[in-house]
Amino acid sequence: MSILGIFQKRNSGAVARDRLQLILAHERAESGRPDLVMQLRDEILAVIANHVSVEADKVKVTLERGEGVSTLGLDIELPLGVSAKLDAKLAAKLAEVAANGAGRKPAAKKAA
Amino acid sequence: MAKVLVVTSGKGGVGKTTTTAALGAALAQGGQSVCVVDFDVGLRNLDLVMGAERRVVYDLINVVNGDAKLPQALIKDKRLDTLHLLPASQTRDKDALTDVGVARVMEELRERFDWVVCDSPAGIERGAQLAMHHADVAVVVTNPEVSSVRDSDRIIGLLDSKTAKAEKGEEMEKHLILTRYDPMRADRGDMLKTEDVLDILSIPLLAIIPESQEVLRASNLGCPVTLNNPLCAPARAYADAARRLKGEAVPMSMPTERKSFLDKLFMRRAA
Repeated sequence: MSILGIFQKRNSGAVARDRLQLILAHERAESGRPDLVMQLRDEILAVIANHVSVEADKVKVTLERGEGVSTLGLDIELPLGVSAKLDAKLAAKLAEVAANGAGRKPAAKKAA
Repeated sequence: MAKVLVVTSGKGGVGKTTTTAALGAALAQGGQSVCVVDFDVGLRNLDLVMGAERRVVYDLINVVNGDAKLPQALIKDKRLDTLHLLPASQTRDKDALTDVGVARVMEELRERFDWVVCDSPAGIERGAQLAMHHADVAVVVTNPEVSSVRDSDRIIGLLDSKTAKAEKGEEMEKHLILTRYDPMRADRGDMLKTEDVLDILSIPLLAIIPESQEVLRASNLGCPVTLNNPLCAPARAYADAARRLKGEAVPMSMPTERKSFLDKLFMRRAA
């Protein structure tokens, strides 16, 4: 074991505490609306589906729970043949949704 | 030729989740593709022991209900490409799992992986029975302690009656992993001996996992013990168990921490 190894070993209890604090904070926050991620995914997909056909299983959803924030990642495979025009429309629509979302944030809960 | 393995015990807190993570990682370290599946719906913990708790998006129930496809719910281990996790739901209860849905997911997992390692919830109720139902092989985790051995006996009875294999009239392959074993206390006669436990349960021994601080250390860090410190005694015992599961003949030995000559000398005198 290297010096780093010894260092890590001494602190495994502290690592455990930090990991628990982080995940419990997220779980407590999520407990009121456990399906938020799925709801977000479905609504974002619905917006995109207005413009292009997207297969549900061509969507990769990732979530990274971090310090104070979560990062939602949507990796959507758009089929070939999506015209530039549609892309622009899509971008506009997404921007609009984003703007609405930001505007409604204080009211929170039902916005998404 | 996928194999579905259930890690079960009846009693809680004996090391099912630790064993699932350690065996899963050890099998994956050998190059085979492995998925560890958490069946403890409502009280998931395998994600935490595997260090993937921050990345859970979908779970077993989402896949069973068809809300997500299996590949979307699988979490790939960051350390080992061949290792995947299918987490349990934290918010629903076990009644959300349907028999048909679980059967479909297990079939899909069989197609994708060489090994599917199912972490059973404690108890003998529906959750534990669902976890064992599709298994080809069972690993019964037992502590050398009276209540754990008794509960393991109950679980062995269920493995022989309530599983798909049993219902077809086939014999379920069962193995015992004895965890938290302290050879010094067993030698002094203050702990059930391995032979006693084997005699009572009459299933073959797969491994003896010595009591070790490395197990807690690994779970603190969110890393299977076989990955966190492959040379420590419990990791070597789990690695041997994984090789035995693959059909290799590995002589059974009592793994001990590798100590220096001076340590050994001192230990001899003290004992």
